[in-house]
Order: sequence, then structure tokens, then C-alpha cells
Amino acid sequence: MSREAAVDRDELLGLGDDALILSHRLAEWAGHAPVLEEEVALANIALDLLGQARVLLSMVGDEDALAYRREERAFRNVQLVERPNGDFAHTIVRQLYFSVWQELRYRQLAPLLPLAAKAVRETAYHRDHAEHWTLRLGDGTAESHERTQRAVDALWPYTGELTGPGGLPGEWLARVTATLRAAGLTVPAGPPPRTAWAAGGGRQGIHTEPFGRLLAEMQHLHRSHPGASW
Amino acid sequence: MTGREQARERERAQEPGRAPGRARGREAELYAVAGAVPDPELPVLTLAELGVLRAVRLTADGGAEVELTPTYTGCPAVETMADDITAALRGAGVPRVAVRTVLTPPWSTDDITDTGRRKLRAAGIAPPRPGGLLTLAIHCPRCDAVDTPVLSRFSGTACMELRRCAACREPFDHMKEI
Repeated sequence: MSREAAVDRDELLGLGDDALILSHRLAEWAGHAPVLEEEVALANIALDLLGQARVLLSMVGDEDALAYRREERAFRNVQLVERPNGDFAHTIVRQLYFSVWQELRYRQLAPLLPLAAKAVRETAYHRDHAEHWTLRLGDGTAESHERTQRAVDALWPYTGELTGPGGLPGEWLARVTATLRAAGLTVPAGPPPRTAWAAGGGRQGIHTEPFGRLLAEMQHLHRSHPGASW
Repeated sequence: MTGREQARERERAQEPGRAPGRARGREAELYAVAGAVPDPELPVLTLAELGVLRAVRLTADGGAEVELTPTYTGCPAVETMADDITAALRGAGVPRVAVRTVLTPPWSTDDITDTGRRKLRAAGIAPPRPGGLLTLAIHCPRCDAVDTPVLSRFSGTACMELRRCAACREPFDHMKEI
């Protein structure tokens, strides 16, 4: 337990909320994915993330109270993970940006945090999945290329929060840039912005407009039937 | 110890009648009882063969404390495993059983015993390759051909990927190395 205390509560909460919220977003693909194999893949990634969230939130407090009874401003996830799924390319690019960061962060934390040492191996598969799909879509048809480029550009402003203070600017940027270039995609100009509402807001409890609707759906059952069990 | 030494240590510990550490007599007996519980998702394997049972210890009040490690963090089978272990140990006369989930050291597919790997293959699942040998071809569990392209990086569970054999055309699961 003393080793776990080496990672502070805010960081555990941020990592736990990232995993929880992205898990929920990915689970929204159930019944809607373009092919069965991808439906299964996205659900499995969601399941890994949910498992990580349960361990991380349980280190902070009661996992159910934290997931189901907090208001929007109390969540500490980065804004990137709450962004709506959009089309399949949008989901894949969000996963690429996030998984590359999460794998690097878990690797840094592995000596201090048993969950990170374990989950980094799962995250490596998520990142691998996102990289493969980025290559296929970016280097695929004219339409898949265009949709993927649109996602790359639309989600880029949300990456500032990953690469800011305490983030991993160099390694993250190098890895993501290499994948986008290999896929024939244009890397947005300049480093990810760290200005205004899109940078660092999530970790301070400031979220984007679609997040409220996500929470309403995620928390509705628990709030409507407190204490219910199967 | 390196990861591979630990894996070998665990492999030895998983031999019938032996338990990790200095367990003797009753503890070793209970370890064998808990280790013989089948995996809920892959019932061809026991928990000992899967390498997820870390320890069984007797407590001062005559109960048993069990250490179980998940394959994947989100593996939904862990709770069923804990219930099944509890039932098996109660059946062996232990009045109180507490199953604790441990994450350190992380479970690896190298923790699956040789017997476990053989059973996986016999059940039509290509076993994970040993750590450090990830360039080895993955053989079709049915016809042993080596041309087995990946169809999807994930399959029915998070720990599998879906492949198809180019020779016999059968799709099959491969347990991914972790």
C-alpha cells in the first residue's frame, strides 16, 4: 500500500476517469460498429479500460460512488476521451492519440503503481489496434483518407492536455507523427495548442458540452434506483 | 529474479502437491484443491494451469486466504473464479475463505504451464508463444500450418485474437502474448 501512495490522489483520479469515460464512449459502439470484428474489438478495449478504472477509482474511494454520484465538475478526465464517437475514423484517431499517451504514462508509473505495470501490456494492444487502423484508413480509399484527416484535425486541439505540464510532449509527438505520416495523413501544424478551454480543462473539472449527456446516460440507472442490485 | 525465472518458479509451484513458498501439508493440499478449479471461460484449463492462483495460506482462525491474480485487469471471470475457489475450499472443510486479488507481479502468458498450453491447442486455441520468442510463427491448432494471418486483433475475449489458417481455411483463436 505504501508504494501505491507514491502516486498522488489527483493523478489516480485523472487516470481512473480517463479509463472510465473512454470505456463508456467505446461501449456506445455496441450494435453500431461497421463490422462484427470491430464491434468485438472495441468492446474488449472498453472492458480493459473499465477494469483499469475500477482498480484506480477504488484506490481513491468507493468506485460506485465516484462513477455514479459525482457531478460533471468533479470528473478529472481529459476532454479528449469525452469527445463523441463520430464516425469510425474519428473513434480510431481518438484512440490513437489517447492510447499512445496512456501507454507512455503507465510505463513511467509502472515502478510506483502495480496497476500501471499490469495495464501497460493491455494498452500496448489498444495502441497497436489504433495504429493498424490509422494506416488502413489513411492509406485506404479517398473517402477513408478524407474522414481520417478530418478526425486528425478535429481532435488535435484536445491533445494539448495530454502533452502539457506533466505530459510527454516529445515521445508522444514523435510516435503519433510517425503513424500519421506513414498513413499518408497531414500532421497539423505546430505543437498541440495549450490555450483557452481546450487545454488542461478536463483535469481541472472543466468539460465540453457533450460530457453532460454522457454522464446522464451513464449515471441514470444508479441515480434512479439507488442501492439496486441484480 | 527475472520474469522467466519467476515463471519457472511458478511452474514448479504448480506441480501437484506443491504450493509457492514454504507451504507444506495442509496448505499444499488446499492449494491443489483450489488449483484444480476449472477456468470459467476456458474450462479445459485449471486455474493452476492458467497460472492465476498465487497462494493459499491458512489463517490463525482456521480459515484460508487465497491470492488470485487476474489475466487482464477487466477480466469479468475473476469474481466467478473467487466464488468457485471459495466453494471448493469449503467443500474441503475450510470454514472461512477470503480471496484477495493481487496485481504484482502482473500475470503473463508465460505463467501458463506446459500442460495448459497442450490443453489449449487440443481445444482449438493456438497457445501464446513463450516470452522473447514473438517472431515464431503461430501454427494452426488443427492442421499445424504456419500461414495463419490475423483477421482481428481482438476476439471473443480480450486475451484472444482471431486468425484464419490459409491451408485448412478454419478460423481460430490465438491467445495473445502479454
